[in-house]
Amino acid sequence: MKRLLQASTGIAVALTLVACGGSADPAEDETTTPAGETTTDAAPAEPVTITVLAAASLTDVFTELAEAYEAEHEGVTVELSFGSSTTLAQQIAEGVDADIFASAGTGALDSLPEDYAANGGEEVIATNVLEIAVQPGNPSGITGLEDFTRSDIDTVLCESEVPCGRAADQAFEAQNITPTPASREIDVRATLAKITLKEADAAIVYQSDVVAEDGVDGVQIPLDQNVVLEYPLVWFNTDEHTVGLAEFIAGPAGEKSLTNLGFSLPTP
Amino acid sequence: MRSKLRGRAILIIPAALGMALVILPLIGLIARTEWGNLVEHLSSPIVWPAIRLSMITTITTLIIAMILGTPLAWLLSRSSGRAASWMRALLTVPVVLPPVVGGVALLLAYGRNGLIGATFFTMFGWRIPYTVVAVILAQVFVSLPFYVLSVEGAMRSVDSRYDKIAATLGASPRRVFIRVALPLAAPGIAAGAALAWARALGEFGATITFAGNLTGRTQTAPLAVYAALQGDLQAAIALSVLMLAVSIAVLGLLRGRWM
Repeated sequence: MKRLLQASTGIAVALTLVACGGSADPAEDETTTPAGETTTDAAPAEPVTITVLAAASLTDVFTELAEAYEAEHEGVTVELSFGSSTTLAQQIAEGVDADIFASAGTGALDSLPEDYAANGGEEVIATNVLEIAVQPGNPSGITGLEDFTRSDIDTVLCESEVPCGRAADQAFEAQNITPTPASREIDVRATLAKITLKEADAAIVYQSDVVAEDGVDGVQIPLDQNVVLEYPLVWFNTDEHTVGLAEFIAGPAGEKSLTNLGFSLPTP
Repeated sequence: MRSKLRGRAILIIPAALGMALVILPLIGLIARTEWGNLVEHLSSPIVWPAIRLSMITTITTLIIAMILGTPLAWLLSRSSGRAASWMRALLTVPVVLPPVVGGVALLLAYGRNGLIGATFFTMFGWRIPYTVVAVILAQVFVSLPFYVLSVEGAMRSVDSRYDKIAATLGASPRRVFIRVALPLAAPGIAAGAALAWARALGEFGATITFAGNLTGRTQTAPLAVYAALQGDLQAAIALSVLMLAVSIAVLGLLRGRWM
């Protein structure tokens, strides 16, 4: 968090010096110091749109946080787009406009241009572990990873190339288990949907997905067999509300909704 | 003379823009292809099973569409009642429906928990999702309407006096259909078949939602392109180029013959 603030205020000052006559309002820039958001409300806010691309597993958290941020800042619209982290990273690399990107796992960051955080910054905001999602009441009696070799039930995993699938593969490899899934879905939400639609009996998703979804139960995977996934938050510029929203997500409000929805916080 | 030129320019500019909107993405795809390593990129382990599966399923889909769709198109083209126009409207639904919605609908009908899928599952232990059958059902759902609507149009334009004359000469309805309607509508049938096949080949949303995505079993070529995109961009591009080439070849062949 400290790193975020230092980087942002430093560059914000530099930008104010450079951007004379631009649309940036210097009076507002002065108030972007960590303590004060007080005077921004007084000035008629210019409409701003912040584009946020985020991993599918962050859908609920970010929807909640974006609404809260919009409510606090008049004239700010947060546009959210959710999908597989890898796909989103590729879209950014191919020139899709994004102010903020939140990835499930650090692997997707490889798809970004090398100097991706040069004009902004990066911080790990949460961690997540894998969990087995099952039908309510666990009618198939799923107990652990070894159930993914059973032939009497349908199991689904994420595609090997997306973070939740990669993590699941790692967990299976470590236990020397070769799973026999009926399907490998394109992202974690699609994987979970197979459970909520009752078209599969067990799926490996993130703990947060099980917490967020009413229609499924979870079977925990012991920590020594589990894979911990970090969620880096990347911001690509130091515009007032890009940094504002990034700080909001990384700050107490974000921490609260992240933990409420089944994420863990990174150990400092 | 000048005003004539200006008159044409008014048409040529939007026409050229329209062409550009269609052609530019294709050029983008071709420009990013590493032609020298194309074969190497195509040797990615997901490519060949996907092509094989796509060929098998789309050909099966096409056969089903022709066997079921041709009589349907013929009956529709020779009826003018309210029922016929309702059926035509219903057939148009999958054409305009987002394919993912089609996939959800298929799951709710044929899934383990679906309208008739549940019966299959509990009585016979048949589970349709995650199988090749599901892939074909998804493809038939999206491509049969294309086939029927296009063939029906062709058959409708066959002058109904011909079949009446054949009938007065003593031909049975079956004989009229086979000896008169089919040959006269042949170009339309070929065009409809090409459209339906291309639609089945490109099917993505309904397939991934309903049939799932497993290499060798339900991962068709478009699904493999998407899967490869997550890891190996060049493999995705190579497979895309291959699909583009196959599509152009088939359409070109048909165009030379019939279209």
